[in-house]
Amino acid sequence: MKQAIIIVLMFLYSYCLTAQVYVTGSVRDYKGRILAGASITLKGTYDGANTDSTGRFGFKTTEKGNFMLTAGNLGYKSVEFPVTLARDTVWVNFSLKEEISELKAVVITAGAFVASDKKKGTVLKPLDIVTTAGAVADIAATLQTLPGAQRVGEQEGLFIRGGSAEEAKIMIDGTVVNNFFYSAVPGIAQRGRFSPFLFSGTVFSTGGYSAIYGQALSSVLSLESIDIPERSEVQVGLSPIFGSAGFQEVAKNKKSSYGFSYNWTNLSLYQQLVPQAPDYFKSPDFHTADANYRFKTRGNGMFKIYAYFNAGSLGIRNPSLDSIGLKNAFNLSNKNFFANISFRQSLGNGWKLNTVASISYNKDQIRNEVQNADNQTTAVTHIPEIDYNTYQLNNRQWMMQARAVADKRFGVMNTFRFGAEVWNNSDSSRYNNQDGAFPAAVNDFYTSGFAEADLYITNDLAFRPGLRMEHSGLLNKWNMAPRAALSYKLGPNSQVTADYGVFRQTPDRRFLANNANFNFLRADHYILTYQHISAGYTFRIQAFYKDYRSLLKTDDAVRNATGTNGNGYAKGLELFWRDKKTFKGFDYWISYSYLDTKRNYNNYPVAAMPTFAATHSGSVVLKKFWVKQMFGMNWSWNWSTGRPYYNPNLSASEFLSNRTIAYSSNNFSLNWLPKMGKANSVVVVGINNVFNELQIFGYNYSSRVKDGNGQLISAAVVPPAPRTFFVGLFLSWGVDRTQQQINSNL
Amino acid sequence: MKKLFFIAAMLVAGFANAQSRYDGAMEKGLAQLKEAKTPAEMLAVSSFFERVADAEKDKWLPYYYAARTNILGGWMDPKADKDKSAEKSKELIAKAEALEPNNAEIYCLKQQVAVQQLTVDAMSRWQTYGAVAAEAIARAKSVDPQNPRPYLLEGQYQLNVPEAFGGGKAVAKKLLEKSVALFNSYKPASPFHPDWGKELAEKTLAACQ
Repeated sequence: MKQAIIIVLMFLYSYCLTAQVYVTGSVRDYKGRILAGASITLKGTYDGANTDSTGRFGFKTTEKGNFMLTAGNLGYKSVEFPVTLARDTVWVNFSLKEEISELKAVVITAGAFVASDKKKGTVLKPLDIVTTAGAVADIAATLQTLPGAQRVGEQEGLFIRGGSAEEAKIMIDGTVVNNFFYSAVPGIAQRGRFSPFLFSGTVFSTGGYSAIYGQALSSVLSLESIDIPERSEVQVGLSPIFGSAGFQEVAKNKKSSYGFSYNWTNLSLYQQLVPQAPDYFKSPDFHTADANYRFKTRGNGMFKIYAYFNAGSLGIRNPSLDSIGLKNAFNLSNKNFFANISFRQSLGNGWKLNTVASISYNKDQIRNEVQNADNQTTAVTHIPEIDYNTYQLNNRQWMMQARAVADKRFGVMNTFRFGAEVWNNSDSSRYNNQDGAFPAAVNDFYTSGFAEADLYITNDLAFRPGLRMEHSGLLNKWNMAPRAALSYKLGPNSQVTADYGVFRQTPDRRFLANNANFNFLRADHYILTYQHISAGYTFRIQAFYKDYRSLLKTDDAVRNATGTNGNGYAKGLELFWRDKKTFKGFDYWISYSYLDTKRNYNNYPVAAMPTFAATHSGSVVLKKFWVKQMFGMNWSWNWSTGRPYYNPNLSASEFLSNRTIAYSSNNFSLNWLPKMGKANSVVVVGINNVFNELQIFGYNYSSRVKDGNGQLISAAVVPPAPRTFFVGLFLSWGVDRTQQQINSNL
Repeated sequence: MKKLFFIAAMLVAGFANAQSRYDGAMEKGLAQLKEAKTPAEMLAVSSFFERVADAEKDKWLPYYYAARTNILGGWMDPKADKDKSAEKSKELIAKAEALEPNNAEIYCLKQQVAVQQLTVDAMSRWQTYGAVAAEAIARAKSVDPQNPRPYLLEGQYQLNVPEAFGGGKAVAKKLLEKSVALFNSYKPASPFHPDWGKELAEKTLAACQ
């Protein structure tokens, strides 16, 4: 008997040890697609398995009884299923639902070009802005290598999809920068004022932008300043063109930092070395100082103050077309101040607050006079076309802004965003000529409220409705601008986005000084984008239609506005391709824009293609960096077909029917980062228009001198010099300046 | 009687077996870690350690190995989405850290994840992820100055940084020599505590010569 019990016990015991249940099944997603590598766990035990490449799993377990079987995969909601383990094989087929997550979700803002280190799937990196040949670290010049931005050599500004420079707004931390570029000089495009190293994020929207921005019919460029720098450093920059010195002091706990920099730019040495076509009787001379203070508040908030001051002057002399032997001398002196205070803080429970205020001041003093062959002021000629070229113009602009935006997150990614802003613009000007003095002053108090929501219906489908309301004190009118974006993900790397929006803008204030009985300008955007971004490759194709429903009309002299009944359209197709992968260590992008646009605005007698639009344009940008030698070379080729120019010899029906020659420029730059003693250094050399290609931006016509055929004579508007050169040495102590250029082997 | 004794012995052995189920699982997992040759195999080891950790609830080592094998699996597959893999690693590291705060080995994991994410786009991620990696190593060293692994990881990292950026063979060599020296006197706290890297340190040091 005893024997029998022992045998039974032993049998049972060993049975318990060895009897195993086989658990098997498969894991798929809701669409029935196989999920490989999903993890299956018999909850509370060590037992489980991963799915294989066919989505199947199977494991044996000695456990008995009721258990929960869970299936999980990164990016999916885990699912539990009750199982009873007895003797029979257990079959379970799981179907997992994707979690809405930032890693996988469709990108709502796919219509814009984003340069950031933080966000996923951006087209550009901040570093690209300083390593694009031909741009010489100018933000706007780099953006001109992207589709949508037109290349206009004789005038600064962003000319987007047939829009004028006034139709694009540039913001720093949410506040508009009125004088982002150095003050205009006739026939010569000016650089942007701000160094690209001030910014960590750039969002460049060529249309269909969010309701949180307004007052731009065409485009918004939003720049986000850096927070606390990595380490303290002292910087020195040397070049035949400028000298600069500055420092950044970062507190030991990295919670606060402050810095100051000073830059003196003077082109007289450069202009002696590289002959310039215009006669610079006063070489451009600029003094710039800026300072910043930043600190982290408790709860990871950020407080930033930035102040910028610049004073500069230049004088340029060109032959007059109105009388042989006479010259026009243009003298500009400019003072500019910009200060910006921003504060952002998480308030908990998904709330975030962003507030910013800024103040800016710009003063231009222009003196233009007619001079004789000996550069002496001429006496009054009593020929009005000539005498009107002697004038003085003083322009003064004050702008104050305040803005607050609140964000509330709900669900995983859904966001509701709303806010308000106020701007006060005070402009005054005084124009003096032989007829007397003409002072003018205009003030506009602008208020706006806006709201938008990012709604993720699934990972694949997102909708962003938005609404903006604006009031201009000057026009004494309200407007309402609805916006909407719908994004749908086609595959792991590709998506389509459709954007629609109404965009409003107050007409140029200088036309409103005497009569402000006008409407807001209006453009409606319709945009369709397909985008594919995978590791190393970016492809984008965008089709757009822009309906200008209201544009400003003026008298023939473009002095007084007559109404806002102008109109126009722009439509086109744009391509962008970037490839960092096919050729090892070699990065390139190609962009192409097709643009069909006509407008009837200002003093246009008929609807015509404007001077700042080219039918076809594009860029090829190449970059290569040799890590071992710490040496990089960059090449870019920018081209466009000819642009219209105004020829007064033509009849009104032929208005703007002439085209300049096609534009082409090949540019080269290299950067070398040797270690010099204890300093980290960057040597930059750049040549623009390497092949000395002839570039004609348009023609200036005489208002009275005719040639033998009875035609008014003209002169081509060309760059001041066929080629431009840049050589600079940047030294920094305390931290690797070279960190901005890094090893891809890590 | 003899047989009863035999049964008793067997039952005791059975209990002992149950008690050392964790030890057995760890042994099994560590053996699989050594044998794993494909990314899928490595990730299966990671899932195994995660199951052990989730079942045990109070042991940080299985989470440590789950994270370590997840990182290794991410390296083994050149096509893997390293950011996605890093999300998983960070999740596992956070669980380990909740059970074992301020541990040098866990700081080492943090450095490895940061370096892995850095490699996705080194040119532009260098500043952010480089700083995270450096901070993790600094913490690891201050918590456990006798641990050779922070020096090994830092040495490996510096070996890939060009001299002009303050890295290179000479810098790496010093760190790796220190690591090898520490390895010579290093004893893990238990058979299951991290004990990897000695050969790697020697091999990497040889590459610096």
